Amino acid sequence: MAEIHLDPDVLSGLQEVMESEYPKLLDTFLDDSQKRVEALRKSRDDAKALGRIAHSFKGSSGNLGAVRLAQLCQRLEVESVGSTADLGALVDQIDHEFALVRPMYESERERFQL
Amino acid sequence: MSNLAPVLEPLTILIAEDSAADLLLLSTIIRRQGHQVLTATHGAQAVEVFTRERPQLVLMDALMPVMDGFEAARRIKQLAGEALVPIIFLTSLRESEALAQCLDAGGDDFLPKPYNPLILAAKINAMDRLRRLQATVLQQRDLIAKHHNYLLHEQRAAKAVFDKVAHSGCINAAPNIRYLQSPYALFNGDLLLAAYTPSGDMHVLLGDFTGHGLPAAVGAMPLAEVFYGMTAKGYGLAQTLREMNAKLKRILPVDMFCCATLMCLSAERRVVEVWNGGMPEGYVHEVATGKRTPLVSRHLPLGVLSAERFNDSTEVWPMALGDRVFLLSDGVLDTADVNDQLFGAERLQQVFAANREPDRLFEDIEQALAAFRGQARDDVSMVEITLQAGEPLRAAEPMYADSGQSCPLDWSVGFEFRAQTLKSYNPLPYLLQLLLEIHGLRKQSGALYSVMAELYSNALEHGVLGLDSGLKLDARGFAEYYHQRNERLAQLSSGYVRVHVQVVPTPTGGKMTLRIDDSGPGFDVEQVLARPLDVNRLSGRGLSLVRQLSSDVRWLDGGRSVCVEFYWEALA
Repeated sequence: MAEIHLDPDVLSGLQEVMESEYPKLLDTFLDDSQKRVEALRKSRDDAKALGRIAHSFKGSSGNLGAVRLAQLCQRLEVESVGSTADLGALVDQIDHEFALVRPMYESERERFQL
Repeated sequence: MSNLAPVLEPLTILIAEDSAADLLLLSTIIRRQGHQVLTATHGAQAVEVFTRERPQLVLMDALMPVMDGFEAARRIKQLAGEALVPIIFLTSLRESEALAQCLDAGGDDFLPKPYNPLILAAKINAMDRLRRLQATVLQQRDLIAKHHNYLLHEQRAAKAVFDKVAHSGCINAAPNIRYLQSPYALFNGDLLLAAYTPSGDMHVLLGDFTGHGLPAAVGAMPLAEVFYGMTAKGYGLAQTLREMNAKLKRILPVDMFCCATLMCLSAERRVVEVWNGGMPEGYVHEVATGKRTPLVSRHLPLGVLSAERFNDSTEVWPMALGDRVFLLSDGVLDTADVNDQLFGAERLQQVFAANREPDRLFEDIEQALAAFRGQARDDVSMVEITLQAGEPLRAAEPMYADSGQSCPLDWSVGFEFRAQTLKSYNPLPYLLQLLLEIHGLRKQSGALYSVMAELYSNALEHGVLGLDSGLKLDARGFAEYYHQRNERLAQLSSGYVRVHVQVVPTPTGGKMTLRIDDSGPGFDVEQVLARPLDVNRLSGRGLSLVRQLSSDVRWLDGGRSVCVEFYWEALA
């Protein structure tokens, strides 16, 4: 199954809904996501904290069309409850996925220079 | 946003969401839909904003720092009180347990992430409809409560006015009356009145108007007025009944009437006279033998028949001192158990039979009713009157309009009442009113009325109708006596009773001479007067009474004419 990293339909839908607020939404998401990725890294050994951050991150990345990122967050959220799995590997995957989609959002943002 | 469901009315909506991107997205969507947006980034802030701004709807993220959405929802619902402030949980929660947690906290709906603007608008509109519905329900509930209070207030006011009229009688003052009624019985249509006649007899009415509430109560006022007015003036049951019936017939709509038992208890004559129109059977309880004579309904209720068709005939039963009359409303017999079975007369009879302490009869009946059905009905009325001797003769107080300065002192007047009149007309109230023009006599009005009533009925029953008072030796003869009285009166075609009143001044006050003649054969005065004063026999009590109460009694013309005198001192 081909992995979708960023759903272009979601982005066009958001642009329609947000109108002039669309660039700001992208900025906010990037900024917010950066903080969450850092928070995940810091909480590698705290399953409970990981679960909570993953839950929020899942919501916003889902809303912004970062489909793969949302799926990874979902897995982390679910697996943090059992805490038997290697959560660190999942955090790394999320880190990696964000690094992948980040330039895509940035180039989308470039289209709306002030 | 023309493709979204139209917004009914812009709302103020609080969004509590800790993810900045989600908050921005959601508030932009909602603002675009025409609503005003308030934001909070954690639960405690959401509660604080809600308290300050009172938004109409809340979108609440479940997991937030400081205070989570569940706790915030719980507090907001508490703050909102009765008003519906819908809370829609924003959640990507999938587990049913977490969703149940949202509902437990007072959540009304969910909005899953990622957000769909169309679904969001539809949910907001749906919740707004619920919110309005709840507001309408609350408003109508308050309105109903207001109307209800208004109604209670009206009933209280009506009851206060009515109590003044109803309790002008002796229902609460007489020691020999016991009764049980709901305080608002008036609004169940139940009515209980009692008053003394000028001669010290007691009139009692237990009535039950059709219907409930104010319509059932309106007829009570005129009925009470007729009852008290006519009882105080000395009218008998027949005239009082006729007047009541005519008045109710005139003022009540056709489907309204009043079942009633009206009775006259006379300790002096040891009888009870009863008319029952549509009420359940009451009873005369002969204490010595334990026998209970039912007081059967023989008539249609008051207010049904025209004056021409109305039947005022009464039944008369002998009573000994200490005997009791018991009346009840249909609320007692019609009390239904869970299977809609009625309590009924048979069960009441069983209570009577089981009753050991006569004074606890009401409690026994109430207990039986409670055991039968388990909950109280509010239209149960019961009254029991014990025949007691020694009730003082009461002057009819309230009907003098003059001050006494124009009191006539030297006059005479004569009446002749002939057969047709004797059949249906009772001249005594009229005569009493006439004599009470003499102020000096008012203090003696009770004695005056009693003497007049006794002499008049002697003239009519023994004189004109030729009835033998010797019949009244026992209860059977007693019934026979009244049977013959009604029969002979109905067939009466000749005869008369003449009443002559002469008033003259004396040096110290005045003297009234009352002479009553009849067309009968007379009687052996010497022999009757030779009998000792005897207060325990059913017959002959009348003459003893007359001789006790008046200054002087003389029989003339072989017993066909009797003359009594009353004296009074001049008023200071």
